Amino acid sequence: MQLAFPVVMADEHGEASPNPLIPAIYDIVWSAVVFAIVLVFFLWLVPKLNKALDARRDAIEGALERAEAAEAKAKASVEENAAILAEARAEASQIREKARAEGAQILAELKVAAQEEADRVGATARAQIEAERQAAVQSLRQEVGVLALDLSEKVVGESLDEQRAAGIVDRFLADLEAEEAGRR
Amino acid sequence: MGLTGAEEPIFGLNRIMLIRFLAVAVMMLILWLAVRNMRIVPTRFQAGAEFLLGFVRQNVIIDTLGEKDGRRFMPVLMAMFFGILAMNITGIIPGLNIAGTSVIGMPLVLALVAYVLFIYAGLKKHPGAFLKNSLFPSGVPLPIYIIVTPIEFLSTFVLRPVTLALRLLMNMVAGHLLLVLCFAATHFFFLSMLAYGDFLGLLGIGTLAFGLAFTLFEILVAVLQAYVFTYLAAVYIQLALADEH
Repeated sequence: MQLAFPVVMADEHGEASPNPLIPAIYDIVWSAVVFAIVLVFFLWLVPKLNKALDARRDAIEGALERAEAAEAKAKASVEENAAILAEARAEASQIREKARAEGAQILAELKVAAQEEADRVGATARAQIEAERQAAVQSLRQEVGVLALDLSEKVVGESLDEQRAAGIVDRFLADLEAEEAGRR
Repeated sequence: MGLTGAEEPIFGLNRIMLIRFLAVAVMMLILWLAVRNMRIVPTRFQAGAEFLLGFVRQNVIIDTLGEKDGRRFMPVLMAMFFGILAMNITGIIPGLNIAGTSVIGMPLVLALVAYVLFIYAGLKKHPGAFLKNSLFPSGVPLPIYIIVTPIEFLSTFVLRPVTLALRLLMNMVAGHLLLVLCFAATHFFFLSMLAYGDFLGLLGIGTLAFGLAFTLFEILVAVLQAYVFTYLAAVYIQLALADEH
């Protein structure tokens, strides 16, 4: 069996036991050599390791950034779509409102026009009726006068002077009208 | 040195020296195979090696020293960790059975490296002010420096390397002695007692179980001591780099 301190074994040979904390020269030498070899190895390995880990971090960060960018883009396009939709809705409602207003206005205009037409027709009709009435009154007055004269000629049996006759008729009619007015 | 006379060999190789070479050679081979062509998407083997390398890189070095200084001191601290780990773990490998760090030379050289590193880091970062900050911490009343300065000198410039070296050495030596005790006792109980009909030799079952338990424990100790040594070296460098002490 190997022991940790071969130097301790020296006791058996009657030699002074060396202090295990005081190193032998070859121990220091080979320790330094071993560490130098390991150090050189890690001077090669560490940059390689760092490079690989950095590359991986960059790759992961790049992928994350790309994913974030895609997400932001998708979000933006969704928002854009929503905005377009809202705009279209607003526009549609605006158009509807406008159409409704226009319809109402047209209706009102038509109403006014119809009213005017009706008024015009009514006025015309009234004017016509008035004219006809006036004509009728005129002709009636004439006819009634003639009839009355005829009648009175027949009654009196002689022809009356034309001018006097007209005066009589007018007087008679005025009396009639006055009488009628007095009755009311 | 010089105690055993002029015939002491300068390049004498013994079993433990050879174990050191073997341990670091195997460690370097494994890591070389793992990282010789590293890919962004790692193979299983690469991922395993990267777990360990990444642990030391991030948790021991960068978390202590920060990204920038961490990268400066990374190769030497990595060499420390994996060198110590490889040479510690030989303590439980059948056929080797002793840690390469269980003679004073290796812990001493490593502690010396850590010592030089943190003094170099301090002197480079704060030329002139480093020694003053280390030995005469600010905010102390003037007379107290009579006590504080020797204590600071002792703790920073003497005890740090000594404790680094001795902690590692003694852990490995103690582990080796424990395993030797357990397995030597097992050997004795089984082959010198039980083989001759003495049933007290059955105690060997217990010592064997303890030996196995301590073997597992020594794996933990091997990793832990590599971690502690490297972490403390990183902390000492960090303290030397810090602006205020």
